[in-house]
Parts: sequence; C-alpha cells; structure tokens
Amino acid sequence: MITFDHTTKTYEGGVTAVNNVDFTVEEGSIVVLLGPSGCGKTTLLRMVNRLESITDGRIIIDGQNSMELNQIELRRKIGYVIQSNGLFPNMTIEENVMIVPDLLGWSKKEKRDRFHTLMELIGLNPKEYRKRYPHELSGGQQQRIGVVRALAADPPVMLMDEPFGALDPIIREKIQEEFLQIQREVKKTILFVSHDIDEAIKMADKIVLLRGGEIMQFDTPSEMLAHPKNDFVVQFFGKDRAIRSLSLHTVKDLQDNIGLVDFDETIHDTKTININQDLRNTLSMLMNQEADQVIVTDNNDHKLGAVTIDLVQKYLHFEIKGKPAASQKG
Amino acid sequence: MQEWIRFLDVNAPRILQLTIEHAMLVGLAIIVALIIGVPLGIYLTTNEYLAGTVLQVASITLTIPSIALFGVMIPVFSMINQGIGFVPAFVALVLYSQLPIIRNTYTAIKNVSPEMRDAAVGVGMKTYQRLLRVEIPNALPVIMAGIRTAVVLNIGIGVIAAYIGAGGLGVLITQGISRGDNYLIISGSLAVAFLAMIADGILLLIQKRYTPKGIAN
Ligand SMILES: Nc1ncnc2c1ncn2[C@@H]1O[C@H](COP(=O)(O)OP(=O)(O)O)[C@@H](O)[C@H]1O
Ligand SMILES: [Mg+2]
Repeated sequence: MITFDHTTKTYEGGVTAVNNVDFTVEEGSIVVLLGPSGCGKTTLLRMVNRLESITDGRIIIDGQNSMELNQIELRRKIGYVIQSNGLFPNMTIEENVMIVPDLLGWSKKEKRDRFHTLMELIGLNPKEYRKRYPHELSGGQQQRIGVVRALAADPPVMLMDEPFGALDPIIREKIQEEFLQIQREVKKTILFVSHDIDEAIKMADKIVLLRGGEIMQFDTPSEMLAHPKNDFVVQFFGKDRAIRSLSLHTVKDLQDNIGLVDFDETIHDTKTININQDLRNTLSMLMNQEADQVIVTDNNDHKLGAVTIDLVQKYLHFEIKGKPAASQKG
Repeated sequence: MQEWIRFLDVNAPRILQLTIEHAMLVGLAIIVALIIGVPLGIYLTTNEYLAGTVLQVASITLTIPSIALFGVMIPVFSMINQGIGFVPAFVALVLYSQLPIIRNTYTAIKNVSPEMRDAAVGVGMKTYQRLLRVEIPNALPVIMAGIRTAVVLNIGIGVIAAYIGAGGLGVLITQGISRGDNYLIISGSLAVAFLAMIADGILLLIQKRYTPKGIAN
C-alpha cells in the first residue's frame, strides 16, 4: 500500500510540479496517474522511490514513511519500469533481468531458477534469450524484459512510467493484456503513469487525474466516465467518453443486466463473439457491419444468443443513467 | 642496401635496447597518467565547476611546445637533484597524457544516457556499483580511444626526452643530427613509428577484448 499524505514537490527553479496530493494505492491494485504532459505524473512517481526529493508532506509505503527507510534498500524493494526500458546494453538479458537479485546477493541457482520462471511468464524461451543482448531484441521484447526485471526480486510495489508508451498500438495492446494477466497472478501494488486515456481505462483499478500538479479526480475509471467531477475531467475524456466507458463492460455484463436476443438460424452471414469480449469492440464490430448477425458464444463455443446495436445502446443508457457501472475487467 | 645491412649489423642491439627504454618510459608514464586521469575524469562528472577548470588547464598543457615543457622541468627538478634524466621526462609525459585521458573519460561517462543512469539508480545501485556495472562499461570504448591517443602522442613526444638525458629512441635521432648520420636519423624515426603502430594495435586488441559484447557494433 502506498499513501500520499499532503505530498508536495517544488523544484529548485520554483516550479511546483506536485501540489498537496492525497490518495492511496491499495494493496494489489493498479492506480494510473493520468493527465496532460507536464502535469507532474513522473515527478509524483519518482518521489516514491526517492529519485526526487519530497518538498512537503509524506509518502507512506506499507506503513513506513519513505524518508525513514534506507534509500538503496527502498529502491531494491520497488520495481521500476521506464518508457525507454532502461535496459543496460552492456549486460545480457539474464544479467539485466537478474540485476536486483544480484545486488541483493542471491545465489547462482536461485537467480537461474527465477530467470526461468520470469521468462516463461512473458512467453520467451529462457535458454534462447539468456545470453542475448538488449539490442538484439525487438522493442516489444525489450519492454517485456524491462517489466520482468522490475518483478525479479518479487517487490511488493511497482512503479511504471509510461512503460508501453513507445510501442506501436498493436503490440502495446498485446503487452497491456499480458501485463494484466500477470498482475492477476502476482497482485502487486502498482503506480502506473500514462497519458493515454484508453490505456488508463484499461489498466486502472483507480485513476488519479492530474492537472498542474493537483488532483482533479480520484476514482474508478467507470465512475470517472459516468460522473466526472468538474469541467476539466469532462473535457479531458472528451465527447466519446460514453464509448470509452463501454470498454469497461463485457457482453456478459450486458447479458446479465438486460439479456441477449435470440439468434436467427436462417441467417447465414453470421459472426461469433466471445461473451467476455468488451462492449467497445463489440460495438465496433456491429457498426462495421461485418456480418448480418453477431452471435455470442461462451468459452465452450455454445451459442447463447445474439447482440445488436440496439442492445448496446440500451445498455449504455441503463449504465450511464441508471446505477453506476457494475463490473470491472476480470 | 649493403650499407643498411652493415649499419643494422652493428647497431641493431642498440636500437632494440633504446626502443625498450623508450617503451618503458612511455609505458610507465601512461600507467601513472591512467591512475591519475581516469579517476579524475570520473570525479569531474560529479563536479561541473571543477570540470571546466581542469579541462581548461589540461588543454593548455597540451599546447605548450614539448621542448619548452622539458626545458621547464630541468630547473624545477634540479631542486631535488633530478634536473636531467628520467624523472623530468617522465613527469612531462604524464602531464601531456592527462588531456586525452581526462577529457575522454569525462565525456564518455557524461554521455551515458540519462535513462540508463536513471535505471541504474532506480534499481538500487550504489554510486560505485553504478560506475562499475553501468557507466564505465558503456563508456569503455571512448575511454580506450583517449588512452590510445595518449600513448601515440607520448611515443612521439618521448623523442624529445633524449635532449634532457632520459634516453630512448630520441638518442638515435639527436646523435644522427649532430653527426650528420642519416642512417641513425632514419632508423630512429622508423623505430618510433613502428613502436607507435604496435602499441596502438595492442591497445586496440585490448579494447576489442574488453568492450562488452552488447555495445560493440
Ligand atoms: N528536474 C526538474 N527541474 C525543474 N523542473 C522540472 C524538473 N522535472 C520536471 N520539471 C517540471 O515539473 C513539471 C512536471 O513534470 P513531470 O513530472 O515530468 O510531468 P509529466 O510526467 O506529467 O509530463 C513540469 O512543469 C516540468 O517542467
Ligand atoms: Mg512523464
């Protein structure tokens, strides 16, 4: 758990990058720091592992004031991932991934075992990559390595500064999924910087929306989309916030709340969609008119019913005007 | 050709001995220059103010004509009865090597990308760990380039050391000039050139051997 308690940062030149910020990242959850460039996201993040000093207020990590901890030990207990992956070009992939365990004095055997486990987590063959160097890997692979390096010594807390920001959209989405999958298993307490609204909605349990170093709103993505607290929040998420909010819901949510329609056996031009697909993708599929009928299937490919634009619209209406959003991503 | 053979027949052992003397003088000066210059270069990356001054002074040192610097050494070291010979020549060579070594070390470490440094600090490296594991390995090619420059420079300047009685290949050349003996002059000059090429070649091999594979491209 990370708690920001009236945390303020003023740089030497007099710029107040973070102003009196108060919020908590609950154990095992992802909080995304979101906001326009220069709003203080990176500064706030770097104060946690003391790469930046704290001008005023406190940061409490798992019950301890960060300033009272040894800063080297503190950093070794916090996974840190940056946009430009920050891999050391002079070290092999194994040396890179095992840097923190190495600094902590793990044995050779412990390190090798851990390396295998981690590489399997991201679907890279440990034997094949062990002796390679960062420049021999693709951008996506380097970023994956950057992520598992942060996980290497199993730190309770992770800081991620636009970790997927430099990747092209297709790979980015894939790695986001992959990372959420990993997070479901490892349940780290994560502070995640992003300037990408869709990424924030997808990754966050809660979003901190910042402007000029101040918190504009601290809420779950669905709450923030459904009930923006002020004009800045409304403007920031833009006109299509209703559509964006659909990515927080699945076909299953729609089925549970308003039900599907029966499918028509006589229509031949059909496509199927998994019940766990999100509604934003579902809507895109419907709007693109990829087929005359979209049939919903469960994980065993049983047909459950059909989904239509009308249904999605109804659901949206029900969600935004009715009760607050029900379900979160898995 | 006949004459060359006769010349070498008589002088080869002496040429070889002077070459060794020359290499020893330059080698020792470089070792001491490294012991001073590399840590100083690294330290300067943490002290901008001092860096400007030191690099300035080192630059000026290199612009002093070598014969003048050797000249200045004589009265200074006379005070400890070492006015001529090995000591003043050695000190002059150490001074001349400082600029390429300090400057390249300083620049190389400075040029390590801020993200990489940030990552090193972020994963919890102490300052010396960051230097040894990240900054120096990544700066090594540029530091080595500075060392090679210093070695070649010193092998050339070392010729002047003969004028203050420090021996080396300069002896052949100065004797050749005073006696009007072209064989001496030419053999001395060629020996200097060979020595420089061989030294540079060896250092290049060392550089290749110790440059981390991940950055050698
Ligand atoms: N080292 C620094 N010295 C002075 N000002 C800085 C420094 N780093 C960032 N700032 C300023 O602090 C503000 C917040 O920066 P930053 O935290 O990097 O924002 P973000 O990550 O949201 O883009 C900006 O106005 C930026 O110019
Ligand atoms: Mg930033």
